[in-house]
Amino acid sequence: MMQILYFAWVRERIGLPREEVETSAATVSDLINELRAREARYDMAFADTSALRVALDQELSEFDASLKGVREVAFFPPMTGG
Amino acid sequence: MIRVQAMPFDPGGELNTFTASVAGAGAVVSFTGLVRDVSGGLTSMEIEHYPGMTEKALGAIRAEAMQRWDLAGALIVHRFGVLEAEEMIMMVATASCHRKDAFEAAEFLMDYLKSRAPFWKREVTRDGADWVASKTEDEDALKRW
Repeated sequence: MMQILYFAWVRERIGLPREEVETSAATVSDLINELRAREARYDMAFADTSALRVALDQELSEFDASLKGVREVAFFPPMTGG
Repeated sequence: MIRVQAMPFDPGGELNTFTASVAGAGAVVSFTGLVRDVSGGLTSMEIEHYPGMTEKALGAIRAEAMQRWDLAGALIVHRFGVLEAEEMIMMVATASCHRKDAFEAAEFLMDYLKSRAPFWKREVTRDGADWVASKTEDEDALKRW
């Protein structure tokens, strides 16, 4: 099982802060495709991945990164701290 | 030292404590970021973050600064939750034997935590609420380091 977390407008569009999913996706992009196929709200949230960032086990990563051994995936817009 | 908190902080008190902890450093630089009312109608600013990753990311940014400059210490305090206009969002402080190191490291910390630490700002105005968009110049600012 994999924990998926959503932040900021990604969380609002999907309507959940986190969920647990059963997936065999090999990469982040594969996982996004699985999620987009589920429901319109996921399809909308992930429509433009250039507006998104991903963290794997709390480290910033890339969409083509492998999910092997990853327990926590987070999707969010570019960060606006400071 | 890294702190992520909902509570307000006292920048003067923080700076005094930090300065006392780096006795003999010779140069201390600090920066404090405040909630800005850009549109003139801001009622509050909400800051969301990613508990766990936030502390890791700030720790990594601080460690990088400690390695690149000759620093006696570096402090990062960042708030989350609901803030009002003029409230203090965050501060950084750096201490060194050399003024240049302290200034540069403080700028580096600011540039990195703006677009590499998982915080998201949402502005609430009289007309509604919206997420603050990231700026390309914030990403560009990282290139000089």
